[in-house]
Amino acid sequence: MKRIYAIEELCLNCRLCEVYCKTAHSQSKDIIKANKYEDPAPVSRVTVYGDNFLSAALNCRHCDDPRCVKACITGAMTKDKKTGIVYVNEEKCIGCMTCLAVCPYGCIKVGKPAVKCDLCRNEDEPACVKNCPNHALIYTDLGGEDE
Amino acid sequence: MSVNYIPRRFTVIRDKERCINCGCCVRQCSNECHLFADDGKTVISDSNSCVACHRCVDLCPTGALRIEKYVCDYRENANWTPQYQQEICRQAETGGVLLSGMGTPKPYPIYWDKILLNASQVTNPSIDPLREPMEIRTILGRKPEKLTVEKKGKSTVDMPPQVILETPIMFSAMSFGSISLNAQKSLAMAAKELGTLFNVGEGGLHPDLQPFTDRAIVQVASGRFGVHSDYLNNSRFVEIKIGQGAKPGIGGHLPGEKVSVEVSNARMIPEGSDAISPAPHHDIYSIEDLRQLIWAIKQATGNSKPVSVKIAAVHNVAAIVSGCARAGADIVAIDGFRGGTGAAPTRIRDNVGIPIELALASADQRLRDEGIRSRISLVAAGSFRCSADIVKAIALGADACYCASAPLIAMGCHMCQTCNTGKCNWGIATQRPELTKRLNPDIMYKRVVNLITAWNHEIKEIMGGMGINSVDSLRGNRLMLRGIGLSEKELEILGIRHAGE
Ligand code: SF4
Ligand code: SF4
Ligand code: SF4
Ligand code: SF4
Ligand code: SF4
Repeated sequence: MKRIYAIEELCLNCRLCEVYCKTAHSQSKDIIKANKYEDPAPVSRVTVYGDNFLSAALNCRHCDDPRCVKACITGAMTKDKKTGIVYVNEEKCIGCMTCLAVCPYGCIKVGKPAVKCDLCRNEDEPACVKNCPNHALIYTDLGGEDE
Repeated sequence: MSVNYIPRRFTVIRDKERCINCGCCVRQCSNECHLFADDGKTVISDSNSCVACHRCVDLCPTGALRIEKYVCDYRENANWTPQYQQEICRQAETGGVLLSGMGTPKPYPIYWDKILLNASQVTNPSIDPLREPMEIRTILGRKPEKLTVEKKGKSTVDMPPQVILETPIMFSAMSFGSISLNAQKSLAMAAKELGTLFNVGEGGLHPDLQPFTDRAIVQVASGRFGVHSDYLNNSRFVEIKIGQGAKPGIGGHLPGEKVSVEVSNARMIPEGSDAISPAPHHDIYSIEDLRQLIWAIKQATGNSKPVSVKIAAVHNVAAIVSGCARAGADIVAIDGFRGGTGAAPTRIRDNVGIPIELALASADQRLRDEGIRSRISLVAAGSFRCSADIVKAIALGADACYCASAPLIAMGCHMCQTCNTGKCNWGIATQRPELTKRLNPDIMYKRVVNLITAWNHEIKEIMGGMGINSVDSLRGNRLMLRGIGLSEKELEILGIRHAGE
């Protein structure tokens, strides 16, 4: 499946990926409203770790055999059979955060429903990839099995 | 607190209605003009060291930023302008020579803007470059005095080495040290795709540029950095750098802090030591000495490559070019006084040298008068801002043009003129790893390719309008030029007539 890969040598630590992720997962989809006025405030699914010298944007690996899906007690966490995208079924999620506890990459954030990257599944290209100014995020299919 | 005698130059204006406090500007400005307030959330500004490089402006996701000139009026004085007063204060503080980056910003006449181009009407129809072939291929190198052919039509003349360019535009010398490796790489990749050459400058050749050596011009400058036999042979041609338009008569000084492991390897000097290029080549004190060095380089490269000599445009430029031609140079590059630099003493940059337009015209004329024009190719350098400047230079006699500032602007440079501080926010004129990584060669080389491709199209279009279908027919074709608002003397030196004549 197509996944997002971060190239840390190119990452600027600008964190615009976070801004655009938040916007894409907001109600208004307006960058200023989403990042300034919306309540509840949208949360970025991608997180940039590091400083100006070394940084990288981390988001869900959409594992082939996802522990979050296995651990989910309500069956809210789902891996789409066709696309391979791991996403939260918002109606079913009770916010117990079992998934957060088991994700080996720390890619789930607290929330009800749980907050995680859905690869912007209704768009052609994830918002973070589209808006990264230095092409430090690439969206591609490198094949391969378990992440 | 000591008194600051110099008001700041710019003010950062943040539109609070738009700012989302994302902190991008805080992390991007190497001059530390943006910071988080004590609450750790609100972004505020400290404009004092802003250089108007627009990194923050261009990256701000909400368009919340604007840089404004800080206006603090002095009592009017046409003589003691604020600039002179501020420079005096700076020197009173530091006791040092003023340094600047990029070409002179002084309002000296720009002759390109006083020269108009011709076009065909009725007689000698214009040519549509989209329908008919239009040749901009450029061939550099010494041309034989005459051609002799044997019966079957094969040439019996020993052809001196020639360099074929698919455009009359090359990238001028910028060394690794003065610009980042990523910037050099972008130019190398662009040169390869465009079928032209880039000049590695005097800082030696970084191993990462090895795949591009057939597109590289390597320099032998007074510091002789990184010069060895492989270096000379791993190139398309070799250039002896005598002078630079931005600082004629002056050597170079790359401070030890900038001599990182990589820079030291490429330059073949100890890490952390100052890289000093003496003002003169200590083995060149005459045209005869120059001839020896040219000869030595030709020997070292098996007579397989042209040798170029780059000089700054100074008062006596025509005679010097003639001397270089007679010393055996195959190419002479003349760098006008508006040419850029990574760092130059401000007073030299702003006061020494002459405009490339006049230097080029007089050198071309002198070579023609002496009957030795075909012995060398003339390369003009020193600030070409657009394709029309290039066309005018070729019509004044240039075989090709060296461009550097324009491709840098394509890569993000905003002419903030602080290259000498090594804090270039665009990753160009810096060696700091956290800044150089901002320049992704895969993105930037394409922008440079786009720029030169666009210029190529425009050159063809302008030539077509003149009814000329090859850059060879444009070269030295001064009838295609007319001056506007120029004195008799200026017209005479440029060798062109006034508009309306
Ligand atoms: S937008 Fe790109 S460069 Fe900026 S922090 Fe995210 S991954 Fe890094
Ligand atoms: S949230 Fe964690 S465990 Fe689940 S798919 Fe993503 S990376 Fe894998
Ligand atoms: S980058 Fe723009 S939106 Fe972000 S903190 Fe700076 S001014 Fe505000
Ligand atoms: S120096 Fe450049 S990045 Fe810093 S505030 Fe000024 S314009 Fe913005
Ligand atoms: S290269 Fe960088 S420092 Fe130099 S003028 Fe351009 S933006 Fe400014």
